[in-house]
Amino acid sequence: MSETADRVKKIVVEHLGVEADKVTEQASFIDDLGADSLDIVELVMAFEEEFGVEIPDDAAEKITTVQDAITYIDEHKS
Amino acid sequence: MFDLTGMTALVTGASGGIGSAIARGLAAQGARLAVSGSNADKLEAFRASLGGDHLALPCDLSDAAGVDALVPQAVAALGRLDILVNNAGVTRDNLAMRMKDEEWDQVIRVNLEAAFRLIRAAAKPMMKARFGRVVSITSVVGQTGNPGQANYAASKAGLVGMSKALAQELASRNITVNCVAPGFIRSAMTDGLPEAQKAALTQRIPAGDLGTGDDIAAAVVYLASREAGYVTGQTLHVNGGMAMI
Repeated sequence: MSETADRVKKIVVEHLGVEADKVTEQASFIDDLGADSLDIVELVMAFEEEFGVEIPDDAAEKITTVQDAITYIDEHKS
Repeated sequence: MFDLTGMTALVTGASGGIGSAIARGLAAQGARLAVSGSNADKLEAFRASLGGDHLALPCDLSDAAGVDALVPQAVAALGRLDILVNNAGVTRDNLAMRMKDEEWDQVIRVNLEAAFRLIRAAAKPMMKARFGRVVSITSVVGQTGNPGQANYAASKAGLVGMSKALAQELASRNITVNCVAPGFIRSAMTDGLPEAQKAALTQRIPAGDLGTGDDIAAAVVYLASREAGYVTGQTLHVNGGMAMI
């Protein structure tokens, strides 16, 4: 597992208060992990802070699974 | 009760009549303040008169970029932001048929749009902290209307609807969003009115007198307090009974 994936999953576990083993790459924040739209906003803010990346709204809308987040961050982090 | 020790607050329009009373009220309960206003000299004089460790952040609320920078400035200076009071407001009264586009735009921009921009910016640190109190000063006129104030009444009614929407968005994060609606409040403006007009005004008020800035400040302190955590999306009318809504 990549370092990014580890850190993303840790943030998701902390923010959504879900079991770590439920946070798979395929897991959908809303459908599988019980997030609401406000949770997504918070997760995006946390990712931006953790990785020093800017995630604009149109990109954030496309991040629906854990893997989406990992991919976006890996492609954009400096 | 209503102890604000350890909390921080940003108050717009703080050097004005009602705004200064609100700032003094919050400071008296222990909050550390960032006071904002458009006149830097007047604002600094007011900040100095507060004593304590408060700061002044001058801002022109009709300038979107300046407004967007205000909350980050306050958070950087205060370390956190627990309370946002949208108090600043302007009037550009005119009969609708004579109202110029600029008169409409200016009032909506300062009274409504700036409040939205500030709440949007404040929601971030408040969501992170899982705590926030937003209080916007609206007006009885937002509910009753007033001839010559189509722009002002629209901006003040707009604050109420906006606050209800934001209250629903943010309630799960322990952030409350409420309004305080003053009636007729004693100010430099009302002091200048002729006696006959003042008498006509007070006749409409069951309490028999105009209100004071301190009456408004007390309502704001309550809604800003930890104890008011279960009150959200509400408008607290402080008007001596002149309109019961």
